[in-house]
Amino acid sequence: MGRYVIRRLLQMIPVFFGATLLIFLMVNVMGDPIAGLCGERQCDPATAAQLRKEFGLDQPLWQQYATYMGNVFTGDFGTAFNGQPVTELMGTAFPVTIRLTLVAIFFEIVIGVGLGVLTGLRRGRPVDTSVLLLTLVVISVPTFVTGLLLQLLLGVEWGWIKPSVSSDALLGELIVPGLVLASVSLAYVTRLTRTSIAENRRADYVRTAIAKGLPRRRVIGRHLLRNSLIPVVTFIGADIGALMGGAIVTERIFNIHGVGYQLYQGILRQNIQTVVGFVTVLVLVFLLVNLLVDLLYAVLDPRIRYA
Amino acid sequence: MRPVVQATSATRAAVALALALAAVGCGGGGGSGGGADGIVSSSWGDPQNPLEPANTNEVQGGKVLDLIFRGLKRYDPKTGEAQDMLAEKIATTDSTTFAITVKDGWTFSNGEPVTAESFVDAWNYGAHLRNNQRNAYFFGYIQGYDQVHPESGEPTARTLSGLKVTGPRTFTVTLSQKFSTWPETLGYAAFAPLPKSFFTDHDAWLAKPVGNGPYAVDSYAKGSRMSLRRWDAYPGDDKAMNGGVDLVVYTDSNTAYTDLTAGNLDLADDIPASQLKHVQSDLSDRYINTPAGIIQTLAFPYYDPAWNKPGQEKVRQGLSMAINRRQITDKIFMKTRTPARDWTSPVLGPDGGYDDALCGTYCTYDPRRAKQLIAEGGGIPGGRLTITYNADSGSHKEWVDAVCHSINNALDNHRACTSSPVGTFADYRNQISQAKLVGPFRAGWQMDYPLIQNFLQPLYYTNASSNDGKWTNEEFDRLVDQANAETDPAKAIDTFKRAETVVRDQMASIPLWYQNGSAGYSDRISNVQLNQFSVPVYNEIKVSG
Repeated sequence: MGRYVIRRLLQMIPVFFGATLLIFLMVNVMGDPIAGLCGERQCDPATAAQLRKEFGLDQPLWQQYATYMGNVFTGDFGTAFNGQPVTELMGTAFPVTIRLTLVAIFFEIVIGVGLGVLTGLRRGRPVDTSVLLLTLVVISVPTFVTGLLLQLLLGVEWGWIKPSVSSDALLGELIVPGLVLASVSLAYVTRLTRTSIAENRRADYVRTAIAKGLPRRRVIGRHLLRNSLIPVVTFIGADIGALMGGAIVTERIFNIHGVGYQLYQGILRQNIQTVVGFVTVLVLVFLLVNLLVDLLYAVLDPRIRYA
Repeated sequence: MRPVVQATSATRAAVALALALAAVGCGGGGGSGGGADGIVSSSWGDPQNPLEPANTNEVQGGKVLDLIFRGLKRYDPKTGEAQDMLAEKIATTDSTTFAITVKDGWTFSNGEPVTAESFVDAWNYGAHLRNNQRNAYFFGYIQGYDQVHPESGEPTARTLSGLKVTGPRTFTVTLSQKFSTWPETLGYAAFAPLPKSFFTDHDAWLAKPVGNGPYAVDSYAKGSRMSLRRWDAYPGDDKAMNGGVDLVVYTDSNTAYTDLTAGNLDLADDIPASQLKHVQSDLSDRYINTPAGIIQTLAFPYYDPAWNKPGQEKVRQGLSMAINRRQITDKIFMKTRTPARDWTSPVLGPDGGYDDALCGTYCTYDPRRAKQLIAEGGGIPGGRLTITYNADSGSHKEWVDAVCHSINNALDNHRACTSSPVGTFADYRNQISQAKLVGPFRAGWQMDYPLIQNFLQPLYYTNASSNDGKWTNEEFDRLVDQANAETDPAKAIDTFKRAETVVRDQMASIPLWYQNGSAGYSDRISNVQLNQFSVPVYNEIKVSG
């Protein structure tokens, strides 16, 4: 197990460098970011040159990348165009997005797995059919439609919630945005769990467990659910990274100043430091979560053992 | 097998969700209290550059400067006239050297007095190359600018030689050329005075800016919110009529609008295009749509020989007449633009040089005559034109397509005009500054100060800072020089108008429309108006509920 973890950690290194280099190249291809800094007018050449020097944009690209990576290892992610260190932006954006992601994951697990078990055990019954139909609707409606609709109904028409999230982004305010962010994944989790449960229901170990006279609660919770969760855990694990990076739409709708918002602004203003910095951290999150998921396999199913 | 347990846990989750929703649903209410101490909450965007007077060149940062700074002059929010604010006297005999006296009794909100030095130090800082100030060129008329801000290489001086402190409240400014209306540019935020703490502890100042305006910064959370409170010791006569302003950063102007209609926000000063259709019914008389000092034009690439042939002005005039401005401003912009009648802006007023008859027939839709003129001028270079725009903001696609459609209709050729989007604004500016565009391109100008000079010189003077199409005309340059040297402001404006007729006869750029400022506000506040820069006049807002 220990060797497996080390091997996985080593594998992360080339992925990390490859991903950051790609992002670096892509942002650079978009052109000279200084050009957009002076509004509709052209920056005067002297100031532009000075700014370019300050942000290190006058160096050849490979050197920019080398300097950047060197700085990253000392915890310096550079400075955004508005003069704020990128680490400061991260410090305000990541906690908010992590909270939002946790709310979303919570809904995925509680509602998604819950509905999945419910429908998996009652396959073909009206409950099953209606939940299936419901998930189909959720999957096919784009997130921004769900988001705007909920915002309009709950926020403006009925006044149950505030349509926008305040800068503190408290947990309570994040419930509806979290639900919106989770909605599509939630539907997938429901369907995955349902299929998995329905398949395993006929498995030998379930029959044995019932034959042993175990209480129903234990049969479902310990035997059936635990074995059915493996594909679901994989999905949710991979989803954590996707949710953090993909929160752009939800964060814009509900005025959440998180990672999605910073990335969006960074791309719009072609702020290399912000975009590369945030993506670097997201790549790390993705890699770590993937590792965690793989390790969880072994916990869930002792048959899966790695050398 | 019946999943009793699971069923109940799902129900429990649903109940928990419903409870949580109910718990959050406190809703309502922007600020605390009403009356003279009521707080106005207002939508805001994250300023693009660090918040320093000489470094702020966009509306969002400009809002803050307008709240916390007062300069030598201030533009009257109604008439646009430059009125003395901190200036007691600005005297000149030759339109080159100006003797300025600062009023007595003014202080910064930290108690430090505003002196002649506060201005001179601030201007020297703004002009110096090392400080990377985006608005450094505002000091370009002052003598010695090329030493502190050379076009290439290192600066050879630390301060502008044209600035001299002559007393605690007096200083002189020497310009490098005659510029009679120069004092009227001093209302621009870049010319604001700065306290000592700006220079001694710059980081702390940026974290919580200190100025001399009617408001003081109470707290500033970068990227999300700035709370400003009325500064009670403010010595000016434009004291705040409310307790303060909370600027709230919105990720999207649509969300700000939603918050406004839900009663969580008092003022949204950027009504998104998608809401214009129903803004009237949502807000009725709490919707403002007033002209601002912004004009949108189509610029031409004069650096491309194909677009710079003698006699070709007829093609440009023809193209101008092929555009149905009225229809586009009504249908696409829902009347938040006004068809252009000249190359300035209505906010200048007739006395300031605005002339709604100047463009005349050239700005009137006449497809038959348009076709004729384009043919007389030798036709569109290459047989077809491409209009380039940036697609990331400002819903430019819609109107560029409409302009093309209008031109194609006039020419009976559905392939005569096409549009070409560029992904980001930065890339768009990049292509313009490298003179890469091969056809007309979208251009816009937001005035720095309400002067006709500002609508002409930076855009059409040879090699001027925003002359993106590289248009050049000796007659025009001569008239601008002459106008700047004129000591009588009325005569100066007249001469600028003569220069503008050169722009018209050559159709240096096609004027499209003037942009309005639009805003909506809640029934909690009243006396809301936008100034000529489309920034709300915050200090006059009254809070009732």
